[in-house]
Amino acid sequence: MRLAFILGEIASGLRRNLSMVVSVVLVTFISLTFVGAAGMLQLQINQMKGFWYDKVQVAVFLCVDTSTTASCASGPVTDEQRGEIESTLKSPAVAQYVANYQFESQADALAHFKEQFANSPIVDSVTADQLPESFRVSLVDPQKYEVINEVFSSLPGVEVVVDQREVLERVFSVMNIASLVAVGIAAVMIICAILLIATTIRLSAFSRRRETGIMRLVGASKAVIQLPFILEGVIAAVIGAVLASLVLWTVARFFIGGWLADQYPDTAFISDTSVLLIAPALLLLGALLAGVSSLLTLRRYLKV
Amino acid sequence: MIRFDQVTKIYDQNSRPALEDISVEIDRGDFAFLVGSSGSGKSTFIRLVLKEDRATRGAVYVAGQNVANIPSWRVPKLRRGIGVVFQDFRLLPNKTVAANVAFAMQVIGKSRAVIRETVPEVLKTVGLEGKDHRMPHELSGGEQQRVAIARAVVNKPGILLADEPTGNLDPTTSMGIMSVLDRINQNGTTVVMATHDNVIVNEMRRRVIELRDGRLVRDEAQGIYVGAQDRKRAAEPKQSAV
Repeated sequence: MRLAFILGEIASGLRRNLSMVVSVVLVTFISLTFVGAAGMLQLQINQMKGFWYDKVQVAVFLCVDTSTTASCASGPVTDEQRGEIESTLKSPAVAQYVANYQFESQADALAHFKEQFANSPIVDSVTADQLPESFRVSLVDPQKYEVINEVFSSLPGVEVVVDQREVLERVFSVMNIASLVAVGIAAVMIICAILLIATTIRLSAFSRRRETGIMRLVGASKAVIQLPFILEGVIAAVIGAVLASLVLWTVARFFIGGWLADQYPDTAFISDTSVLLIAPALLLLGALLAGVSSLLTLRRYLKV
Repeated sequence: MIRFDQVTKIYDQNSRPALEDISVEIDRGDFAFLVGSSGSGKSTFIRLVLKEDRATRGAVYVAGQNVANIPSWRVPKLRRGIGVVFQDFRLLPNKTVAANVAFAMQVIGKSRAVIRETVPEVLKTVGLEGKDHRMPHELSGGEQQRVAIARAVVNKPGILLADEPTGNLDPTTSMGIMSVLDRINQNGTTVVMATHDNVIVNEMRRRVIELRDGRLVRDEAQGIYVGAQDRKRAAEPKQSAV
């Protein structure tokens, strides 16, 4: 009985305050979409880290004719120097950091290059002897790059030691900034949402002050008086969260899963199932936001 | 049923107390008028019984319980034991007579069956048979007040507080309301009615508790009430004689 009564009160409250309820829905929708977008960016970063960190290597490039660095002053790498470098890789001091390594000859390098720039006219003008030989070293712990760098960059015949992770880090930092921006916008929008919910609840409480006054006098409990208002805000916010989740799912499914994945087949993208991870969090956040802000408002504007 | 023990209520430190050192006891089943001009403290008295306000000093007991010791979550239970009626009726304009009365039962979780059974019964007690489906604006002031009384007593409270219930009504209609309150009192409900309507008080010959400027100045069984205007009129001839 009391449940039916409370549900009836909620329905009438929502109807009476329709325009405000719609604005609460929209504001929570937008703010939670940004929260969700930030979450998805972070998931994407993690996904890419997992995908790439297994593959990234430290490349030890050896000197060629055209090398200009000081360490290559004596000309291209000799067989003796190459042997020395390889045995260093095998020495116990270094080997403990190395998961495996691979030698890439100039011919291999050209093949990779052609593959990578298949659509570019530059391919035709590059020959094998312009590309350096290299040892591609996979590390047990990619963070230990410095150790390898220290050991190898001073060896004769080594032109330069490159940590491919650095290139990725740059990509990740751009993505991190994007997700920070999303979080920033979300924060502002969430403040808007909280204030709007508070105002809506206040209006709602004001327009029903006769009812609540009588409820108080006949001894209705605090829960019966306040619950309709709180749930009104929570329902509006949850609708906003559902809309946000739907939009994120659509983006994940059709933009990331469809278009982006076609454009960049080599990159690991998050799938639409990752939205299943974010959506409950958004729903919870929306409900919590509305619940807390209406509770605080009611404490001030609805005496019980 | 209601006991005030040296109660003082101060709203504002700079003005005189709304109630000052009031000690009074109203027994179960009593019918008491609380009289005095506007600002004499009648409404404050009622607010203290309902725990809408805290007494600044002294203690208010309702049904043997010091209301100051009732935790806020138990206040609704206190109020379920007290019905209240006001001068301005406070009906819900968009609900029918029956729905207005039923509202008081719905919000404390009474079952639909109990509500269906009780509401017509109570409407009969206040003399509104057959008007269940009328809207408040279709009723006269006296009838609206009867609806308000029905709502106040539908949950069978032990106490009925009426704050100027006849303040907006003409004398004839007022007497009708008084007979309803009297009937409710006969059924065992303690009734406390604040009023400054001396005609009614003098007609009823019930206990009269008079407040003036927040002080208890008179407490008589079967008393009468000489309103401020009557007192003035009574005083005038003497002044002219001097």
